Amino acid sequence: MSDVTDLGIAGLRDGFRAGEFSARDVAEAFNARVDAADALNAFLVKTPDHALAAADVADAARAAGEAPKPLAGVPIGMKDLFCTKGVATTAASHILEGFVPPYESAVSQNLWDAGAGMLGKLNMDQFAMGSSNETSAFGNVISPWRRKDGGNAPLAPGGSSGGSSSAVAARLCPGATGTDTGGSIRQPAAFTGISGIKPTYGRCSRWGTIAFASSLDQAGPMARDVRDCAIMLEAMAGFDVRDATSLQLDVPQWEAGLSADLKGKRIGIPKEYRVDGMPAEIETLWQQGIDWLRDAGAEIVEVSLPHTKYALPAYYIIAPAEASSNLARYDGVRYGLRDLPEGAGLQDMYAATRADGFGDEVKRRIMIGTYVLSAGFYDAYYTQAQKVRTLIARDFERAWEACDLLLAPTAPSAAFALGEKSADPIAMYLNDVFTVPSSLAGLPAMSVPGGLDAAGLPLGLQIIGKPLDEQGVLNAGLAIEQRAGFVARPEAWW
Amino acid sequence: MSVDTNTVKKIASLARLAITEEDASRLAPELGNILHWIEQLEQVDTTGIEPMTAVIPNHLRLRDDVVTDGGIRDALMQNAPQGEHGFFTVPKVIE
Repeated sequence: MSDVTDLGIAGLRDGFRAGEFSARDVAEAFNARVDAADALNAFLVKTPDHALAAADVADAARAAGEAPKPLAGVPIGMKDLFCTKGVATTAASHILEGFVPPYESAVSQNLWDAGAGMLGKLNMDQFAMGSSNETSAFGNVISPWRRKDGGNAPLAPGGSSGGSSSAVAARLCPGATGTDTGGSIRQPAAFTGISGIKPTYGRCSRWGTIAFASSLDQAGPMARDVRDCAIMLEAMAGFDVRDATSLQLDVPQWEAGLSADLKGKRIGIPKEYRVDGMPAEIETLWQQGIDWLRDAGAEIVEVSLPHTKYALPAYYIIAPAEASSNLARYDGVRYGLRDLPEGAGLQDMYAATRADGFGDEVKRRIMIGTYVLSAGFYDAYYTQAQKVRTLIARDFERAWEACDLLLAPTAPSAAFALGEKSADPIAMYLNDVFTVPSSLAGLPAMSVPGGLDAAGLPLGLQIIGKPLDEQGVLNAGLAIEQRAGFVARPEAWW
Repeated sequence: MSVDTNTVKKIASLARLAITEEDASRLAPELGNILHWIEQLEQVDTTGIEPMTAVIPNHLRLRDDVVTDGGIRDALMQNAPQGEHGFFTVPKVIE
């Protein structure tokens, strides 16, 4: 039998159903992969028993002749932003060290209900704030990819879902959950040569997902290909009364609806995404993507999203503002860290706990958020940013009069070396220049691998769709995937 | 917008973050740079534009005003850094 860890979600599911291997064999094989990859630092907690228990349930059900669940026999990785009952959940922060949720997040529960098992909790940027996985309180995640320059510079797996991207790219798990606030699924997927989709805001319940910026946060899958993303998203999504912004809609059958025939579809190319200083290789890949979609039957049209350049500054008001409010709950009283200096009162305890428990980037964003919401500045910053957000959403609405989907690069560069951008917050923020606008508008968007740059590193193409048109996004992703023929994978060094 | 160390200390205090003099000196230019960068939003004419309140049109659902949860005191307390008799405890606040 070939190595089951070479299979993706669909391959594992189908092979298990066909009786080619047991779910226990699969779980054991992936548990061993995870154990042998500590050098990547992708996992914060390993949960081999969870994966084995789900596998045993799947095997028993198969033996009893029961209809298989959608993800029976498939073990996955869980980003540490999702609360998991009885399993430590920290959002890669010191302030939540030791926190063991007494409840299960809606998204993870949906996956367990679908038959999946958990290999472990994945490292990430602390509280999902970062684009390189360097803000984790538990060390950087390292990408399995290396430049073909003979050097061994450790590369960023992207962020914030960097443990997820690294683990999927290194085939430690066939799929992993991610969350995307401003690009945290798509940029790490692009950096590591995998696929990832952020669905329409409201498709996946936020209940039990540790909050960063509530009007932007959306969960989504990260996996090896488009089909695997469709399968996993079907299991993750769904209406939940416990999340006031959850959309009361049935979950479409995205996998069954997959089709790479784009006849009759109009693909918009947003001219404002041609930013200064974009590497020629990204331009070339973008043009290649245009040719691929045209080959799939689509019509290509140029569109304008005039407020694009204001998306990042608006995001860096709105997201920190919401974060400063959401993170006010970490006070050393109900859960997590408490730092009580000798003789300190309540206020000093709050301040000491938060100073000790949050990392630098988290504090930076709490400070920015507190500042823009403070008396006298609220209208100039926060209200203005929300008005600009309206204009950005309106840009997309107008573009939809001329096209059905948009094609753009996912990130302005390939993966950079760890440490390369960490000294300059704004340089780091610019990583999300192509992903933030669609986040601000709540739109479904996905990254698929398009090719390699001269250094042998993956580059991603991004497809953005209308609200609720995940199917259109997935189909265009599939059309690119079939033409890109991306089979490169990192050589194991870990 | 330049930010001075007194402003940094005031913001830190509002955010309940203890900071040292050294932190404040380091953060002042850093926050100043970020704020300067986001201030380009002033260039956008937003006359007559409503601020965004919901990205995807959705209606707020109502539910019956009944208890849907509860009786889980021990589960809620299990992560408390310090608790006594089923209560979260904090340093004394009343003399």
